[in-house]
Amino acid sequence: MGTYIPSTKGERDEMLASLGLPAGEEGYRKLYSDVPESVFRSHELDLPEGMSELSVVRKMTRIAGENKTYQTILRGAGAYDHYIPAIVKSIPNKEEFLTAYTPYQAEINQGILQSIFEYQTMICGLTGMDVSNASVYDGATAAAEAAAMCRSPKRRVTLVSATTNPEVISVIRTYCYGAGTELRIVPAKDGRTDVSKLAEMLTEDVAGLYLQQPNFYGLFEDAKAIGELVHAHKAMYIMGCSPIALSVMATPGECGADIAVGEGQSLGLPLAYGGPYLGYMATTSKNMRKLPGRIVGQTTDHEGKRAYVLSLQAREQHIRREKASSNICSNEALCALTASVYMAYMGPSGMKEVAMQSMSKAHYLAKKLTAIPGVRLRYSGAFFDEFLTDMPKADAVLEALDAEGILGGLPVEEGILWCATEKVSKDAMDHTAAIVKEVLAQ
Amino acid sequence: MKLLFERSVPGRKTQVLPPCDVETVEIPKEYKRLTLLPLPELSEVDVTRHYTELDHQVFGVNCGFYPLGSCTMKYNPRVDEETAALPGFTGIHPLAPASAVKGCEEILQTAKKDLCEISGMDDMTFQPAAGAHGEFTGVLLIKQYHDSRGDTARRKIIVPDSAHGTNPATASMCGFEVVNVASAPDGGIDLDALESVLGPDTAGLMLTNPNTLGLFDRNILKITSMVHEAGGLCYYDGANLNAVMGLVRPGDMGFDCVHMNLHKTFATPHGGGGPGAGAVGCKAFLAQFLPHSVLMDAKDGKPAPENAAIGHGGRIQVRGFAGNFLIVVRALTYILSLGKEGIPETAENAVLNANYLMHQLEDMYRVAYPRTCMHEFVLDLQDLKEETGCSALDVAKTLIDYGIHPPTMYFPLIVHEALMLEPTETESRETLDEAAEVFRKVYQLAHDDPDYVKASPHSTVIGRPDEVQASRHPVVKYG
Repeated sequence: MGTYIPSTKGERDEMLASLGLPAGEEGYRKLYSDVPESVFRSHELDLPEGMSELSVVRKMTRIAGENKTYQTILRGAGAYDHYIPAIVKSIPNKEEFLTAYTPYQAEINQGILQSIFEYQTMICGLTGMDVSNASVYDGATAAAEAAAMCRSPKRRVTLVSATTNPEVISVIRTYCYGAGTELRIVPAKDGRTDVSKLAEMLTEDVAGLYLQQPNFYGLFEDAKAIGELVHAHKAMYIMGCSPIALSVMATPGECGADIAVGEGQSLGLPLAYGGPYLGYMATTSKNMRKLPGRIVGQTTDHEGKRAYVLSLQAREQHIRREKASSNICSNEALCALTASVYMAYMGPSGMKEVAMQSMSKAHYLAKKLTAIPGVRLRYSGAFFDEFLTDMPKADAVLEALDAEGILGGLPVEEGILWCATEKVSKDAMDHTAAIVKEVLAQ
Repeated sequence: MKLLFERSVPGRKTQVLPPCDVETVEIPKEYKRLTLLPLPELSEVDVTRHYTELDHQVFGVNCGFYPLGSCTMKYNPRVDEETAALPGFTGIHPLAPASAVKGCEEILQTAKKDLCEISGMDDMTFQPAAGAHGEFTGVLLIKQYHDSRGDTARRKIIVPDSAHGTNPATASMCGFEVVNVASAPDGGIDLDALESVLGPDTAGLMLTNPNTLGLFDRNILKITSMVHEAGGLCYYDGANLNAVMGLVRPGDMGFDCVHMNLHKTFATPHGGGGPGAGAVGCKAFLAQFLPHSVLMDAKDGKPAPENAAIGHGGRIQVRGFAGNFLIVVRALTYILSLGKEGIPETAENAVLNANYLMHQLEDMYRVAYPRTCMHEFVLDLQDLKEETGCSALDVAKTLIDYGIHPPTMYFPLIVHEALMLEPTETESRETLDEAAEVFRKVYQLAHDDPDYVKASPHSTVIGRPDEVQASRHPVVKYG
């Protein structure tokens, strides 16, 4: 069996003896003398015997082999198959980054603190906001935390557009349930937020609106106009944006958002069956002290040397306890580091290239698919890298693609939500279209 | 050292992608980004040198002794990293069809079975991404339970004064009023104080056992039955499970739901602050309230019940998809390695190491609660401070110069000059002996040259940072 306890049995007995305790099991039992007899080792653990490293690796490799890995992934809906450069995998695997605790001890953790400061700077640059935190769990929890930031005693209702990813809506609803506040869904019209309905719903009790850009159907919303409308009713405006799209798309800052959040998985993190992912969260200077989670600030040491520390901690649970803005403690620091390496490595031109290629390929795929009789785009608006189609025999189409090692789009609202990234080749899309055509012709 | 942005050279770049093989499409003008994208422009060598230099300014578990109380900074096995990096796990889309994710489901099912066994629970979710997130989920189970019964008068959650700050913060986030109960002189819960706050408004109790003083509450069975008699539920904060796993099960102690920090007890790395995983287990009667993923359920042909309120058929969801899956892979690798003998052996040696170290220090430092401890113990440096002027902080910072990561400082709050030490089972006797020697040296140094101790650390890239300046004049990004 594997073990990570260095001390030998002899050493353990000597250590027990130094405490005046008998050797072996008897000595250990005395260490647990506060534990009531009725619950101590009262249950025979039904676990397998321990395994050697080689046996464990064999077993886990066998289990991983039970999964199907696709050559081509045309599914997004919150998790995106972007290319991850080699260096983006190797740097976060350095043992010190990997195994360190939260950098409360600044003197021996400048490396982590500086990397977070750089992450915050890049998130601010990407979103056009003034201040970013050091990450939260994922895009959905970032949205829910942002909704909480907007609330005041008089304004307790959160509006969320129906064009938002259902996972995000579900998480915001859960956080609202916890806080005892109300969530109202703004209906969609032609796949985009119904702005006239929104205007009616912006009542005096509304704290904020959450808008996803591009939205769940891949469509661009009129984010700037919606922001003006929300502000005209004195509510706060949260935008949830794809970080890849942000390198080419009008930023939350440009659209007048008060809070920018999103799922950072696209920035170098693998699909990994849903996690670990990365929630990014940024806001304006005005709202800085409402931002939950850790924030790294720059300062100096006693010699005037530049230094970084966990700052503004008076907001956080370990100081404010029940009055804290959030209970968040552990975050996704290593994922934020990964995203930083990704952004630093890709640079502005590489990031724009990923966005441009993803968008171009999605449009090529849409063009190829809609050229097939019976396939049409459900919505006509401009889209980024996802789009929704209507077609007959959707199940048969997806099965036929699956058999060819292609993960087709996600069945959504009786249609299929497709996604393309820079990883998808023209040949793979041509092949996809040919299969769809064949199935529909049958 | 330089920031990424200070290394940037206009026009410098890396080449990652092949040219676009389809007609390029531009974003429509009305949606286009107008401002510059202010990311650094670097070469691959620039990036790797930068991060290597940063990495050298980080103290990880592999760098040395890390007795950070309540954080369980045990060794993180490398094999766990290897299994978590298998392409058969990393490349799986969370919304791939059920037929394509059998391996992922086997991981989750196996981990669930094993962790339910260890915790004495009947069902489990891996959706929570961290300990505090697990607390949030667990307290929402309690809230849904009372709501589903129409028992809406239960507005209070009881938390001991030794609790971690996330406990009261969690209860607040879940809309409960927090009732703090005092600790008894022996460090456990004061039963009279508990009795006086229990009543028809009690929703539940949040408790860590062993508690943050490193003490196992002898009255645990009495405590949980008192809460149950009042109609409340008991939540087990698994932060300190490493002391008792495989030996005592939270379920057998009377707890109804529990979170386990896979990044503490089950050896997954802390990553400089995350990601972790806060697996939440519960007894069968709460299983209907566990979270789900709306898109994963829909994919599997189980669409969410429309318009059903949470607690009345509607389900909660605390984050996207299935949770931090790769953390679960690591934890399962660890559990499989240790097995049925290794799990309790780990707990026993975590406790032995803590008692051994405490015993080595107690003739010099005052132990806050001098009795057999569990996996950690708290030193009270009030006497030392009065004698020398050197505080717990000063001692902690001096330890850095001797290659030891400082213990947890000023926690729990009920001990004022607290240093909390948790050596974990993965430290050898020599390491503990050496650490004890360092603590003795620092104690002596505090008496001989207090100014030196107050100015420490002396060996690090920066001295003590000015935190007041950071807070008063926040600089939270470059430029």
